[in-house]
Amino acid sequence: MLESLYQQILLDHSRHPCHHGRPERFDAEAEGHNPICGDKVRVFVTLNDDGIEEVRFEGAGCAISQASASMMTNALSGLSIEEATAVRAAFLDLVAAAEPDKTSGERVNEELRSMAEVRRFPARVKCATLAWHALARALGEALKGSGGPPSGAVGGEKTG
Amino acid sequence: MNPARQPSTAPGSPGALAFDPQTIRAQFPMLGATMNGKPLVYLDNAATTQRPRAVIDSVVEHWSSSNGPVSRGVHALGSLATEKYESARTAAAALLNAEPETIVFTKGVTDGLNLVARSFGDELLGEGDEVVVTELEHHSNFLPWRQACLRRGAVLRVAPITDTGELDMDALRAMVNERTRIVAVTHVSNVLGTVVPVSEIVSIARGVGAAVVVDGAQAPGHLPVDVQRLGCDFYATSAHKMFGPAGVGTLFMAPQWVDRLEPAQFGGGMVELASAEESTWITGPHRFEAGTPNTEGAVGLAAAVAFLGSFDRAAARAHEHALRDAIVAGLGEIPKARVYGPADGAPIVSIGLEGVHAHDLATVLDAEGVAVRAGHMCCQPLMRRLGVPALTRASIAPYNTHAEVEALLGAVRRAGQLFA
Repeated sequence: MLESLYQQILLDHSRHPCHHGRPERFDAEAEGHNPICGDKVRVFVTLNDDGIEEVRFEGAGCAISQASASMMTNALSGLSIEEATAVRAAFLDLVAAAEPDKTSGERVNEELRSMAEVRRFPARVKCATLAWHALARALGEALKGSGGPPSGAVGGEKTG
Repeated sequence: MNPARQPSTAPGSPGALAFDPQTIRAQFPMLGATMNGKPLVYLDNAATTQRPRAVIDSVVEHWSSSNGPVSRGVHALGSLATEKYESARTAAAALLNAEPETIVFTKGVTDGLNLVARSFGDELLGEGDEVVVTELEHHSNFLPWRQACLRRGAVLRVAPITDTGELDMDALRAMVNERTRIVAVTHVSNVLGTVVPVSEIVSIARGVGAAVVVDGAQAPGHLPVDVQRLGCDFYATSAHKMFGPAGVGTLFMAPQWVDRLEPAQFGGGMVELASAEESTWITGPHRFEAGTPNTEGAVGLAAAVAFLGSFDRAAARAHEHALRDAIVAGLGEIPKARVYGPADGAPIVSIGLEGVHAHDLATVLDAEGVAVRAGHMCCQPLMRRLGVPALTRASIAPYNTHAEVEALLGAVRRAGQLFA
């Protein structure tokens, strides 16, 4: 059970996170904070004409929160807003819903699917969802700033 | 040899109390549980202790044979319930060597400290006055004072700790001055196990006429507590940290404060005369107990006090400290493991494992059936001081065993390997 939670892929992501660090240019940011453990994740979203150019994050925390954030940035960078929203919904369903939809696992990539086991550790679900909740707020900000669906020319004062 | 480590019952002393962890353990139904397919190793006693059969039965017995309205009405059952409630107050007082008239029933330490901060703090504090707390404080003895200072325009000062986790007494002494009205300290740190020299702090505070408020959450379960000897003005406890029910505790108020302080809550049971024009409050601890009290909680608390009196507590303490020492020694042999806090504190061990987050460590331990606390433990200022986001804490009770210490150490080793 423990090894199925802490799979090698999760450990790899937590040690060597992807898209890690504050970008020079971004359209919106949001922070996720888990008051129970003090974990903090800050998510940065950069948009382009097609949707999400890149998602990056910074922060420190447990292996699950860091790996989940890292996998998220991999999964969502390059997607349209609609695609990213769908992946996010499927992932949250997969790790946090009382009775997940049977198709949720198929609607996320293999990396994200490897985190499904978190659902069997109720105290840790919040770690896995922390970055994803921050992402939703950042996306909301970015879209608000752009006056609607992605236009690319947004967020002047928050850039950098 | 440390006298406390000698056999618990002196031969030939009739009636002397004994101590045997297995005998204690057998009284706790919860300790027979399995978690994640492994026998439960319960090392989260600083969060809440388990309850012995006598406490469980006392509550059931009360509900079955003496439940009624306390301090209200004239019927016989009401009198019976009142008698039980008041005898629980007497028992709770005896635990702290206090008079029953100085013991207020509360929901627990948080409730008690908020009561003091609201009633006493607001009355006493004025613009520019100072409240001194310490870096060891749990949020429950930090935030009520911060909020009181904000309300009253007073200044909150935080006395530092040393690198070994002791209170820096020189710094505290320098911080207490003629503007200081209140010094609020924990008796035992819930993170580091540090035992704070309360009597010494009382004499420092007395020098400037300040009152001393003590968070006693972690103390009476481990140490003998004598509030008269400590000389503090207020001392708050929670029953669930010493084998009693949750949602009940006591607040000791030095006699000079009981009838003087304005209550923080108003309602039934605390009023003398009530009218729109004029209302007056009764004297004594009931003044602070508006509303129907938690009678079953008080009954359970009294049973917990009786439980604490049923074994040799000095021997129990020696056992707890031997377990703590075994944990510290065992961790010393695990690469990258580190222990936080002084070597001679209460049996509370906070553990850091380099490269492994506290929550991941606790999850690995949990998979082995080992229940510990992980996180900031409601001490964010202390975590900042220690320079860590979170720690993993093993906290010991008399029912814990050396086999459980081995289970803990084995699980920590496993975590080290998993995340290596």
